[in-house]
Amino acid sequence: MLKQEALQLRMTALRVRMGILEGTHAAKSGHPGGSLSAADVLTYLYFREMRIDPQFPQDPERDRFVLSKGHAAPALYAALAERGFFPVQDLATLRHSGSYLQGHPDMRSVPGVDMSTGSLGQGVSAACGMALAAQQMGMDINVYALLGDGEIEEGQCWEAFMFANHYKLDNLCLMVDVNGLQIDGPTAQIMNSEPLDRKLDAFGFNTIVCNGNSINELEQAFAMFENAHGSGKPTCLLLHTVKGRGVSFMENQLDWHGKGPGDEDYARAMDELRAEYENLSKEVQRSE
Amino acid sequence: MSDTRMVATRESYGQELVALANEGCDDIVVLDADLAASTKTATFRDAYPYRHFNCGIAEANMMGVAAGMSTMGFVPFVSSFAMFATGRAYEQIRNSIGYPHLNVKIAASHAGLSVGEDGATHQCCEDIALMRTIPGMVVLCPSDDQETRAAVRAAYAHDGPVYLRLSRLPSVAFYTAESCPFAIGKGDQLIPGNDIAIIATGLMVSEAVKAASLLKRKNINARVINMASIKPLDEDLVLRSAAECGRIITVEEHSIIGGLGAAVCEVLSARMPTPVRTIGVRDVFGHSGPAAEVLRDYGLCAENIVATAQELMRTYPIPNPVG
Repeated sequence: MLKQEALQLRMTALRVRMGILEGTHAAKSGHPGGSLSAADVLTYLYFREMRIDPQFPQDPERDRFVLSKGHAAPALYAALAERGFFPVQDLATLRHSGSYLQGHPDMRSVPGVDMSTGSLGQGVSAACGMALAAQQMGMDINVYALLGDGEIEEGQCWEAFMFANHYKLDNLCLMVDVNGLQIDGPTAQIMNSEPLDRKLDAFGFNTIVCNGNSINELEQAFAMFENAHGSGKPTCLLLHTVKGRGVSFMENQLDWHGKGPGDEDYARAMDELRAEYENLSKEVQRSE
Repeated sequence: MSDTRMVATRESYGQELVALANEGCDDIVVLDADLAASTKTATFRDAYPYRHFNCGIAEANMMGVAAGMSTMGFVPFVSSFAMFATGRAYEQIRNSIGYPHLNVKIAASHAGLSVGEDGATHQCCEDIALMRTIPGMVVLCPSDDQETRAAVRAAYAHDGPVYLRLSRLPSVAFYTAESCPFAIGKGDQLIPGNDIAIIATGLMVSEAVKAASLLKRKNINARVINMASIKPLDEDLVLRSAAECGRIITVEEHSIIGGLGAAVCEVLSARMPTPVRTIGVRDVFGHSGPAAEVLRDYGLCAENIVATAQELMRTYPIPNPVG
């Protein structure tokens, strides 16, 4: 990828982060921590990786995305809005009565949402069903699903992992947002699921570990997924990320798992993101 | 009642899936959780192996896979025992199928006490209640071979989630292909009568029919209604029967909490208060034994319907309301 393009994607990811804060601030609730950790991968997916058309959100030939960690809806909505599926201004209606932007993704109301999710462990199974269906129909499409590292404590995820391997779903790319924190504390303390790489390997996955907040590493990881097509192996990207990434006082802070920022925190966070955005703009100009 | 052939509704289900596929319904796929031999989807598997997917003993994932396949245009029929389909995977059905109103058909066999020997862990008497509470879910409980076939077709033609409740035991045939009037949202009057209306579903329809002939000898004219469509319920038929008979008995192989009896009472209490007796499993677990004996142990038999009808006639000598 050209340096210029990587910089542009990082700027887009910053706009997605601003959208996350906008939504959760206006909603006075929601999940900024796990949305911010996923902002980079969602940006990469919607702006570089997936075959999608915001003008034709129901295109049968599109790639599919399932946000299995549905509580990161603010990040998905922000990415979809940035990509042009609906107006960015609508992000401020998140979780409001009468808004189509429900607290967790609703495929019936939000353009671009391929599956309703929110109850942990369920989206990954739906993604398996989509991948199997595509395989059955001989469709050349990819199915992506993003899970949380807390989420995979749900037994259903492991049922789905077995299924993906059994049916050789090499058009399926699972991604685990390994930010290391869940509501009650560090995942290592609440329910240790490590070593995830060896577990996914043992479940038959093409397992790739990378920095999920790095555009360049994401590029390499998704290239390895492309290379796995025809291998009969599903892919799982273990994305090492920082919860709250991009807002200094939210990074690695458990407290920001599930609360919206108040006016003061919102202003501080937006100032930080705007400053970073300015820096990147200058860098883009310099590299032109 | 022109045919005396006894067929379990699960058998009819498997055969009708094949019939639909033979007619060119290429979007049907069948998912199973290691029970294809028992749910009779093995019939479909043998005819269309590439459209049958065994999900292993993992019902939660199976429901999600079905949801995902339906978003791609397939019409999945998902099968397991009623206990594991609706109990184990209730929340997956609610959130991954019901909430997005996906076109998935959940066809569960071995419902109710008539599972028999396997005992309480496998005797699901809560499935109707569980499925009925999910917004947009259609709940069907056919009584015989032809009605099951019609219900499978109706479920396929319906755009949205459907729960189809099937039995392990062979059931008496009431209908021929030509005489079966089954439609979603419709009940069917099998026997006319104006003293009391017996509204039954599934395997209990035959007990209701037996009870009606026993009651006739006691000069009680019982109307028998087969209510295969529990949701949507045929409210007009319930109200008409209440108006014309003034006394209602419901019979189901299910808990009296949340099932057919509850659905009937919900309609009547709001629109036409009428004395009702609900026959079903009375807030207890089942036990092991031959199916017919177990059903009798819990009062799910013609004799108990007769006794209940007599009690109701004694308690309410003057029907209320009078039609």
